[in-house]
Amino acid sequence: MCLGIPGELVGTVEEFTDLAMVDVSGVRRRINMGLLADDDLKPGDWVLVHVGFALSKISESEAKAVMDMLHGIGQAYTDEIDALKESDIS
Amino acid sequence: MRFVDEFRDAETARALAARISARCEPGRRYKFMEVCGGHTHTIYKHGIEDYLPEAVTLVHGPGCPVCVIPMGRVDDAIHIARQPDVIMTSFGDMMRVPGGESTFLDAKAEGADIRMVYSPLDALKIARTHPDRRVVFMAIGFETTAPSTAVTVLRAAEEGIENFSVFCNHVLIIPAIKAILDSPDLRLDGFIGPGHVSTIIGCRPYEFIARDYRQPFVVAGFEPLDILHSVDMLLGQLAEGRGEVENQYARVVPWDGNRIAMEAIGTVMRVRPHFEWRGLGFISHSALGMAEEYAAFDAERIFDIPGTRIADPKACQCGEVLKGVLKPWECKVFGTACTPETPIGTCMVSSEGACAAYYNFGRFSRERVREATRA
Ligand code: SF4
Repeated sequence: MCLGIPGELVGTVEEFTDLAMVDVSGVRRRINMGLLADDDLKPGDWVLVHVGFALSKISESEAKAVMDMLHGIGQAYTDEIDALKESDIS
Repeated sequence: MRFVDEFRDAETARALAARISARCEPGRRYKFMEVCGGHTHTIYKHGIEDYLPEAVTLVHGPGCPVCVIPMGRVDDAIHIARQPDVIMTSFGDMMRVPGGESTFLDAKAEGADIRMVYSPLDALKIARTHPDRRVVFMAIGFETTAPSTAVTVLRAAEEGIENFSVFCNHVLIIPAIKAILDSPDLRLDGFIGPGHVSTIIGCRPYEFIARDYRQPFVVAGFEPLDILHSVDMLLGQLAEGRGEVENQYARVVPWDGNRIAMEAIGTVMRVRPHFEWRGLGFISHSALGMAEEYAAFDAERIFDIPGTRIADPKACQCGEVLKGVLKPWECKVFGTACTPETPIGTCMVSSEGACAAYYNFGRFSRERVREATRA
């Protein structure tokens, strides 16, 4: 559960809910962007996602590096992606 | 020494390992604690210790939030789950954490409605779609996770959702580190500081470690190279007689943390006078409870909670493992009575727990050492 997983912002941030569509390893889910309201996010930006919230903005190269590392850790990562697939935040 | 492809940049890894060896003073031994379970995972997975000189030992800290949940809190949560109309929700990692009598999974099999969620916002959604049920989110985690719970509660309040509450078990990293620094069992030379927690709290809260305990503290990333780099930075500080907070993970961690997240925590939660940690006992001001103003969302105020206190099983040495006094394999039941399938202690449950990490990867790493020394 402590994993931070890189996701690419593919939509715009909705007002009030702070939600935006994020692509995490090909899984598209709504993620809360409220904690990064100071960061002026736009589609194409990468963020580190943790339990449905974007924790920090990261560069694309950092995102790729984290992704490579996560693919290597196996079970914990697949569990996290499986949990994300079940998520339906609104 | 052989460098395998887990290092993004084998050249840099080799150079770092050489510098680390060179920095060690002859005859001196160094003990660094990695506070965060994510680091423990990387260290075992990639056999980082194989690349460090004998003089450097890494010990594992208390930074796995599932591991520090005392058994009594699990029992309390199961008690709530069994109340009429309740849907209990939590992260997948909670499901197999042993309480005094059973786990969430056992209670679920016996009929309690316990559901795994990815996010507290998913729990809120269940409350929205089940207005006739009382939905409780068992919140666990350090400052990394607490803002998510806090924002979810703010959202519930804005929407006027009345059937949602939080059983708050969020813990704070600084008091845990302080408890370890003050513990007489362990002498440390520095810390590999947690990455994700620091994205929220920033680096300033660690300054007391440098100031009062004169120990170096390096906030580190999660890649194998990050760990080597931070060990190098720690040794560098010691060689120069410095004890400072440094940020190796600046590409993700802002020095001042996340203002919005800290404000959300401050609005919805209050520091508890004390809280029990599994294996570590009661630590003052070490956890968050719900603020009075958000009492309507506080499961501890809504439900009658037994406040169960259960001593850890005799065979269990999680406390020593969480304090870095024992290595996982030194626990008497490691790998025999206690395995990831049938955990006795919490350190075996989460993949970030030191015992589970060592169980899953340890043998692999030992094999490789043998192989490497033969090659
Ligand atoms: S082997 Fe099991 S009982 Fe022993 S310290 Fe690890 S988790 Fe705790």
